[in-house]
Amino acid sequence: MAEKIIAGKTVQVDEEGFLVNPDDWTEEMAPELAADMGISELTEGHWKVVRFMRKDFAEKGQVPSIRRMKNAGGIPTKDLYDLFPEGPGKKASYVAGLSKPHGCV
Amino acid sequence: MKRLLILGGGTAGTMMVNKLRPVLDEQEWQITLIDEFETHYYQPGFLFIPFGIYNKQDVIKPKRDFYPPGVDVIMSKIDVIEPKKNRVKLADGKIISYDYLIIATGSKVHPAETEGMAGDGWYKNIFDFYTIEGALALRNFLKYWEGGKMVLNIVEMPIKCPVAPLEFVFLADWWFTEQGIRDKVEIEYVTPLPGAFTKPIASKFLGQFLEKKNVHIVSDFGTGRVDSANNKIISFDDKEINYDLLVTIPTNMGSDLIERSDMGDDLNFIPTDPNTLQSKEYENIFVIGDATDLPSSKAGSVAHFEADVLFENFQRAIDGRPLKKAFDGHANCFIESGFGKGILIDFNYDVEPLPGKFPLPGVGPFSLLEETRMNHWGKMTFRWVYWNLLLKGAELPIEAQMTMAGKKRQ
Repeated sequence: MAEKIIAGKTVQVDEEGFLVNPDDWTEEMAPELAADMGISELTEGHWKVVRFMRKDFAEKGQVPSIRRMKNAGGIPTKDLYDLFPEGPGKKASYVAGLSKPHGCV
Repeated sequence: MKRLLILGGGTAGTMMVNKLRPVLDEQEWQITLIDEFETHYYQPGFLFIPFGIYNKQDVIKPKRDFYPPGVDVIMSKIDVIEPKKNRVKLADGKIISYDYLIIATGSKVHPAETEGMAGDGWYKNIFDFYTIEGALALRNFLKYWEGGKMVLNIVEMPIKCPVAPLEFVFLADWWFTEQGIRDKVEIEYVTPLPGAFTKPIASKFLGQFLEKKNVHIVSDFGTGRVDSANNKIISFDDKEINYDLLVTIPTNMGSDLIERSDMGDDLNFIPTDPNTLQSKEYENIFVIGDATDLPSSKAGSVAHFEADVLFENFQRAIDGRPLKKAFDGHANCFIESGFGKGILIDFNYDVEPLPGKFPLPGVGPFSLLEETRMNHWGKMTFRWVYWNLLLKGAELPIEAQMTMAGKKRQ
């Protein structure tokens, strides 16, 4: 388990850089996390995704799937791919300070 | 008189009714099982149908042959489960109340979830092999196909039997070779995953197999739509892949009944405790097999290991004892690799597939994460084991929990 300073705060991250404790996350960290994923600027579209993910995670205790973001969050999958290219589930989760989606076995 | 109600008479439901009837006093416990359909399909056999290795008769038997005496079987569609009222409503309006409920309603493929898939190309040059209809239609197509580009495409995870798509391309490589047209067929494996499989060591091992068999892999491909007029699949980020023959694994979802009953997640899978198999919402409901939302494989072997755990936990529940957190996500899958050989993998929630010997450490006869003739033999024998032992709830010489004995860490 590594430590990392993001937006001036020391937090624990896993081997891929995902926050270990979702509660450590603050909105100030999002731009820095986004930069790690190659996203230089967070637009209102990005924030809509991140805020939905945070809210849904707080309510359900699970990182929402791409399908859930479409059904419950009203975010079309195509938009999600435009905002977080190549692996939107993983990248959006990273920026939102949540764990890597366990997806599937 | 108390009632245990079991919904679904597939692999998981049939195992549970066979295990529980002998241990529940018939004066005290009535067991009722509801299922809509007459026929039990040996689903692992669907893989072999497109290549003419099995035919329809090899994979079907009447469900009734596998239910024990002393069980009320109701053949009916279920309208809705009303968990707060401890009852279900059948399609004809009849009400069945229960004290305990086991949900084993499975999962199935939904091609219509993907734009353009279930349209004009469906069963013309687009097929699934996860249904008897799809497997048979693909058989008829392949019989007369003279070659071209075959694309195997997984739309989204999770899917039933996550190794079956790999087995399909391995067998296709063998079958086209046998037909003398392998040089006229290009095979591409298109997956939303970052590699051939979900777990790193097995993904690398199986990825090398794809390469060896001249199957081209396209990873991280999220299928957005199918353009069947132009024979193309198009990803959400506008990458295009052409095909002459598309063999697809459509979106897998839990039963519509779960959606009607408002008990599932976005794919109609039921939130279930991953270790006890109790519903997260209702104490007197248990869930088993493909119907759960567990992060384990959706496969018969998983349902079998779950059945051992649920057998014990159900008895604990009715005796007022705490449940055992005994299910570890154990899965055990034979992977048919073509040319009379097979691979075997054994893993759980925490431990990925590792090499070694199975089930007897150091002895086998099966070899883990290795291609052998014995593993192929195990796969082919499994059909007999399934019909004659597994469904009847017999003890198999494999523990429900995965063991590290006989495995080598890498």
